[in-house]
Amino acid sequence: MTTNVDAILAQYDGAQRDSLIPILQQVQAAEGYLSQDAIVRIGEKLNLPTSKIYGVATFYNQFRFQPQGKNHFMVCRGTACHVKGSGKLLEKLSQATGVEPGKTSRDGLFSIEVVACMGACALAPAISISDHFYPKVTPSKIDQLLVEMRSEPEKN
Amino acid sequence: MIQIEVDNITIEAKEGETILNALQRNGINVPTLCHMEDLLPSGACRICVVEVEGMRGLVPSCSYPVSAGMKIKSRSPRVINARKTVTQLLLANHPDDCLYCNRSANCELQDLSVELGVRQRLYKGERTKSRLDVSSPSIVRDPDKCILCGRCIRACEEIQTVSAIDFIRRGSKAAVGTAFDTGLNVSSCINCGQCVVVCPTGALTERSNVEDVLAALSDPNKVVVVQHAPAISVTIAEEFGVKAGSDYDGKLVAALRRMGFDRVFDTSFSADLTIMEEGSELVDRIKNSGVLPMITSCSPGWIKFVETFFPELLPNVSSCKSPQQMLGALIKTFYAEHQGLDPDNIVSVSIMPCTAKKFEAKRAEFSYQNRQDVDYVLTTRELAQLMRMTGVNMDQLPPDSADNPFGERSSAGKIFGASGGVMEAALRSAHYLLTGDELSELKIPALRGSKDRKEVFLEVGGTKIGVAVVSGLGNARSLMEEIKAGRDDIHFIEVMACPNGCVGGGGQPIGVDREAVKERMKTLYTIDRDDSLRLSHKNEQVLRLYKEYLGEPLGEKSHALLHTHYRTREVLR
Ligand code: SF4
Ligand code: SF4
Ligand code: SF4
Ligand code: FES
Repeated sequence: MTTNVDAILAQYDGAQRDSLIPILQQVQAAEGYLSQDAIVRIGEKLNLPTSKIYGVATFYNQFRFQPQGKNHFMVCRGTACHVKGSGKLLEKLSQATGVEPGKTSRDGLFSIEVVACMGACALAPAISISDHFYPKVTPSKIDQLLVEMRSEPEKN
Repeated sequence: MIQIEVDNITIEAKEGETILNALQRNGINVPTLCHMEDLLPSGACRICVVEVEGMRGLVPSCSYPVSAGMKIKSRSPRVINARKTVTQLLLANHPDDCLYCNRSANCELQDLSVELGVRQRLYKGERTKSRLDVSSPSIVRDPDKCILCGRCIRACEEIQTVSAIDFIRRGSKAAVGTAFDTGLNVSSCINCGQCVVVCPTGALTERSNVEDVLAALSDPNKVVVVQHAPAISVTIAEEFGVKAGSDYDGKLVAALRRMGFDRVFDTSFSADLTIMEEGSELVDRIKNSGVLPMITSCSPGWIKFVETFFPELLPNVSSCKSPQQMLGALIKTFYAEHQGLDPDNIVSVSIMPCTAKKFEAKRAEFSYQNRQDVDYVLTTRELAQLMRMTGVNMDQLPPDSADNPFGERSSAGKIFGASGGVMEAALRSAHYLLTGDELSELKIPALRGSKDRKEVFLEVGGTKIGVAVVSGLGNARSLMEEIKAGRDDIHFIEVMACPNGCVGGGGQPIGVDREAVKERMKTLYTIDRDDSLRLSHKNEQVLRLYKEYLGEPLGEKSHALLHTHYRTREVLR
């Protein structure tokens, strides 16, 4: 895990604080989230306190601080999806899983992320679950999906 | 000097200064929230706006410079309305909790609302309900009362260079938080309380021990012993509207007795004792090529700072406990024995200008035979509250003196309350320890005052000694970087975590009033000037304590009771 972060930081020798966002993006892309350990290392590299990095990272919606769940929901909140009720969808999903956007459920089964626009406006409202795309999602579709995921046998 | 026009009157202004400065100097009050003296303006809150002719929008006066011929309106309806709107927006998601709030009657938000005549809730914002952060033994955070002015963050980052807190999240969820939004106790916070004294609202307060002390005072089976730190007597009266710099030493002692404390001791006594131990430690390190420079250990915020940010310098830190902890240890051992008291029946309280002392008192290192040396610490502010609660009016009380044997002090112990005081007291005694003679001039002016760094080089008995004094952890950090880089002309360093030392401590009255801090400092030095006993090593009770109980400085008993050790802290820095 840490080798990912090390490899990324190695590309940023002599970097200043304006490299913070690109580094955070790269680390998240590689590890799926920003771990405490990663933030500490980034702080050492850029000479920034962890509170500052956490502050910057939480300012943007794109960063998460827990590993993704087994089923990672990305809910599109672009304009078209918004018009087609993605807000309600998100609320429904959050309620049914007990997980807030940006967080992961305790059992590690679900995580939710909000994204700006997936570019699938014609198929709104759109979500993707662990990189699998679902068009025109309704609340009842969510219910159905959750039932399936919950009954999926534990794989080791 | 240039001329500007304000509300149709011509006034003088200095080139380059802010509109705010010029107005204030000319008797025009402008409300501010995010603005902090001595720091760069942030221009975030916009409560300080004025109209400037030729500019379309209103201008934040705290961050806008004057220019010759500028025409300003500081109290037009447009200005007043804008300020009122800012206030109303701040109130939109604020809990209406004034009646139950620690800062009621001492709150800048409340003041604004009163001054601007806000009489009803105009906007109803979504109220966040955050949990109180009570994880720290020193500080309680109530995020619901936070108006996001950023002052705490700037104190923590720019003055203290700790950066335990920052803005996190955004929009309606924005807040002040630690890395990963944990409790303060697991962050890099060093408990100094500088954030508390700058906070305009009740979002940051000390963790109160007033109720604990009240309970102890009303328990007939307890012997409640209190000590007061050197900076308390020169500050406490301010809480009751008395002019800054008034010394209430005798009245303070009388008030403590009246409130029911069974014994009243003076921490300045153990400051003298600290000088004996620390002075001997310094001489020992110099003579036996120990680790140098030696660094003082009286300031618990500083200690936590070294443990967190400079663990490699821990061997440089004096092993002496702070005066609070030395006296605490003696009260439950020597004093208890001497008076035939069961130490388990003693409740040891101390009055400190400091929130970090609350943390220090709880450290596992500061216990003896499983008893904490000190049980409760009250800040200057909590002492004032206790006086109000119990109806004790210092002004009406005849002065009284503290109890023996820990009531006698030299004025060298008293000046511990100002940055540079420990060093001055230490040099007076170190000179004697090294040469057997007293310094011809006891006053060392170069160690006094509010400079960021004070350095003095002198010769003591043929040895050339360099000493340095810093207060505020940003200043401490830069000196420590120099030491780490190999600077070796300094033998002894005094560090106080708070700017100007204990007179500017995080447990002192709310609002860092630079003039008041200066007055407190001045009074400490006046006390020293006029005192007949100005040398720690001449304190009869200290000498007697060595003779009858401790043996000698750095001796076996001293080591068990008066010295300690430190540890590296692994936290998110
Ligand atoms: S912070 Fe100020 S305005 Fe808010 S409840 Fe406390 S006293 Fe009232
Ligand atoms: S107590 Fe000191 S270190 Fe802790 S958050 Fe406040 S200013 Fe920062
Ligand atoms: S906690 Fe206090 S000082 Fe800090 S941002 Fe909030 S209101 Fe301002
Ligand atoms: S005090 Fe001027 S913008 Fe806040």
